[in-house]
Amino acid sequence: MNEHSSGLSGSIPVGQPDIRAGRLEAEAYAKNFSDLHPPLSPHEALVEADRCYFCYDAPCTQACPTSIDIPLFIRQIQAHNPKGAAETIFEQNILGGMCARVCPVETLCEEACVRNLAEDKPVKIGFLQRFATDAMMAAGEQPFERAAPSGRRVAVVGAGPAGLSCAHRLAMRGHDVTILEAREKPGGLNEYGIAAYKTPEGFARKEVDFLLKIGGIAIETGKALGRDVTLDSLKADYDAVFLGLGLAGVNALGAEGEDASGSADAVGWIAELRQTVDLSSLPVGRRVVVIGGGMTAVDAAVQSKLLGAEEVTIVYRRGPEAMKASGFEQELAQTKGVTIRHWAKPKRLIAEDGHVAGIELERTREEAGRLVGTGETFALAADMVFKAIGQTFVPAAIDGAAEALAIEAGRIRVDEERRTSLAGIWAGGDCIAGGEDLTVAAVEDGKVAAESIHRALMG
Amino acid sequence: MPDLSSNFLGIKSPNPFWLASAPPTDKEYNVVRAFREGWGGVVWKTLGEDPHIVNVNGPRYGAIHGPDRRLLGLNNIELITDRPLEVNLREIKQVKRDWPDRAVVVSLMVPCEEENWVNILRRVEETEADGIELNFGCPHGMSERGMGSAVGQVPEYIEMVARWCKQHTRMPVIVKLTPNITDIRYPARAAQKGGADAVSLINTISSITGVDLDLFAPEPTIDGKGSHGGYCGPAVKPIALNMVAEIARDPETRNLPISGIGGITTWKDAAEFMALGAGNVQVCTAAMTYGFKIVREMVEGLERWMAEKGFEKLDDFVGRAVPNVTDWQYLNLNYVTKARIDQELCIKCGRCHIACEDTSHQAITHTVDGVRHFEVIDAECVGCNLCVNVCPVEDCITMERIAEYDPRTKKPIPAEYGNWTSHPNNPMARPDAGIEKIVPDAAE
Repeated sequence: MNEHSSGLSGSIPVGQPDIRAGRLEAEAYAKNFSDLHPPLSPHEALVEADRCYFCYDAPCTQACPTSIDIPLFIRQIQAHNPKGAAETIFEQNILGGMCARVCPVETLCEEACVRNLAEDKPVKIGFLQRFATDAMMAAGEQPFERAAPSGRRVAVVGAGPAGLSCAHRLAMRGHDVTILEAREKPGGLNEYGIAAYKTPEGFARKEVDFLLKIGGIAIETGKALGRDVTLDSLKADYDAVFLGLGLAGVNALGAEGEDASGSADAVGWIAELRQTVDLSSLPVGRRVVVIGGGMTAVDAAVQSKLLGAEEVTIVYRRGPEAMKASGFEQELAQTKGVTIRHWAKPKRLIAEDGHVAGIELERTREEAGRLVGTGETFALAADMVFKAIGQTFVPAAIDGAAEALAIEAGRIRVDEERRTSLAGIWAGGDCIAGGEDLTVAAVEDGKVAAESIHRALMG
Repeated sequence: MPDLSSNFLGIKSPNPFWLASAPPTDKEYNVVRAFREGWGGVVWKTLGEDPHIVNVNGPRYGAIHGPDRRLLGLNNIELITDRPLEVNLREIKQVKRDWPDRAVVVSLMVPCEEENWVNILRRVEETEADGIELNFGCPHGMSERGMGSAVGQVPEYIEMVARWCKQHTRMPVIVKLTPNITDIRYPARAAQKGGADAVSLINTISSITGVDLDLFAPEPTIDGKGSHGGYCGPAVKPIALNMVAEIARDPETRNLPISGIGGITTWKDAAEFMALGAGNVQVCTAAMTYGFKIVREMVEGLERWMAEKGFEKLDDFVGRAVPNVTDWQYLNLNYVTKARIDQELCIKCGRCHIACEDTSHQAITHTVDGVRHFEVIDAECVGCNLCVNVCPVEDCITMERIAEYDPRTKKPIPAEYGNWTSHPNNPMARPDAGIEKIVPDAAE
């Protein structure tokens, strides 16, 4: 047992922290981190496609942040035209391949599917979208052609989903695009975030390559706004600027012991995992505790388990309904052997010799809608503690500009067209106020901004 | 317990399910397997004269599939039996001897000369088979040689050959009709005039199931070419039902026994054919798709339905739907219906709306008070039933008869029956035509 009542928290056995690489047999890594869902076979896709009712003014399309014409693309699959289906998807969402893999469909298109009312079994829209987009990407075709050159140049800051989507649409409209990316590789969270088993075999990179085939897009990696370029210089050098900066900061726990070794932020660890070629070389604790209730928490917990951690616990301060991780994600975590403990918040990290040995938690409850501690505490032994309690926008990159960008609730304020408070500057993705922290929402931001930029440039 | 035993032209079988003359009945081996599964009878695959014909050595079948590759329609270019006559006759005799309670009818196709028919009839009689079926139906291959549907398309030939057969054999004669004609009543009447004891229908429909868009050749494709085949299976059932009904209600052939064929796959299909006047049914495609065991479902299903309906024997329901098949002109124009959508069952797919909006009468809403909501507008609804047919949820939309006043026409609805024959818009209207015409043949 690794649980102790509050009075016994000091009795957690002291010893060397058990953090090491290579907990599993060599072949287990490939198996554990392979595709979470194998793709549909052509026959499975036809059978599933046939379940679509081709609804009028389809609720699934309305629920899709990028408004993909779902009934149409499914009908194209039915008609043995998967590439036509892919084009229907890419018209609205050039990252339709990744979205097919990572979208929380059960709270978007598949939640809206009328089949839920009929039989509680929505059409597997996500799987079908993957089937179609895979077909076109496997064929190595880029479905769109560039319009005649406009002679206009646009800078896109950040090669994440928002920036890539924006760049592609701008290139389609005939503009020349330069993407500045602070990291070594393009892709943003598709490359550095998201659980590996959702996007295996270098899919994020393949998708970027696919998207760039439109032409007219140059990516400069290792170039960070605020460090290598300034907003003022971009404004001066380009006809328009799009900011898809993402969220560079992570929330701190603000609890005692947070700096002990073995305590890490989940976002950084997942990025490291995503960039590790040989996963048997990545150390993981025997007992892992993840603090948080979102997708990142689940991704960190499940991947810890898949790396061979014996006991993995997600600790969340409220109940399951309040978790930002979808029902599917919660179930996935539990299926993979992760324990989810609700109604508990971290009090302090228990450190021994500067290293995490456990975590002391206080039980919580809701009183008149407010979360309160009950005073009752317990402890979990842990070799590693991951914090996945949210990310924040770091405005440092845009500081120092001649005119300041308006900020709202800690993120960049934009209007419906994703225009910032400064003329000539647009923004989208997680860095904007009201952002949904979803890949698909970022893609929509980029697309909407690109069309707005296009109108502004050509108007 | 209902009695399923069948007596068709004096040919007795334990149930009305026969295998049609087709590949499943080409050999003793297959027929014995069928009888073991419980088939009531077979029509042996069509015999011809020696030297026996040959078949293509490439694909003989093409198909239309529904969801999940459910086979909906099958097309074939197989000819009549490609085994020596003597072999077939020997096997027929053996099978009839071993299975005396089952019906064994022999299908025949020889050139249109009396002598040819006399010769083959003599040899078939020796097998002690229960009857013969004249194959005037196959639309492919043999028709190019003046047989099969080439005969079935000329009523005079049908009458002539039927007469020869009746003259030269004591066996009951069934004439199998081709649907590849404009009006099925003419060949049926010809068969009757020739003295045939019954007709069986339909044979297959001339068809090309598809085109290979790489080869630009019809399917099935043999060395880059294709030839039209005969279409059968569930897809042809509606066509067959209509043809059966046309013969059953034709005053000239109303007493002519019918063996129903065409896409029969379940007991229910069989019951429908029989309700429209078929004395028994013949099955092929369903067996070719699933094997002979399907007859168990058919027998049990028909038996259960008959018990539920209180029918003790087949004759209790054979032909029972025939009086209700009428001409359009006698349909009651004062029967006014409106669609009703059960909001509890509605899943809000909107197909009823878009079908009505785009292609019919703009009689179904899509939004009510700003909310997605599908509801029938009585003032526009003509009661056409399209929404019922396109709705994916069973019984969600139904048609309800209304009385007294039609909000669409803004006119009262007469309580009494009224049809086109007396309608004021009909230039040929006969004011006296009325209620007695509900059953047009009642006076006869």
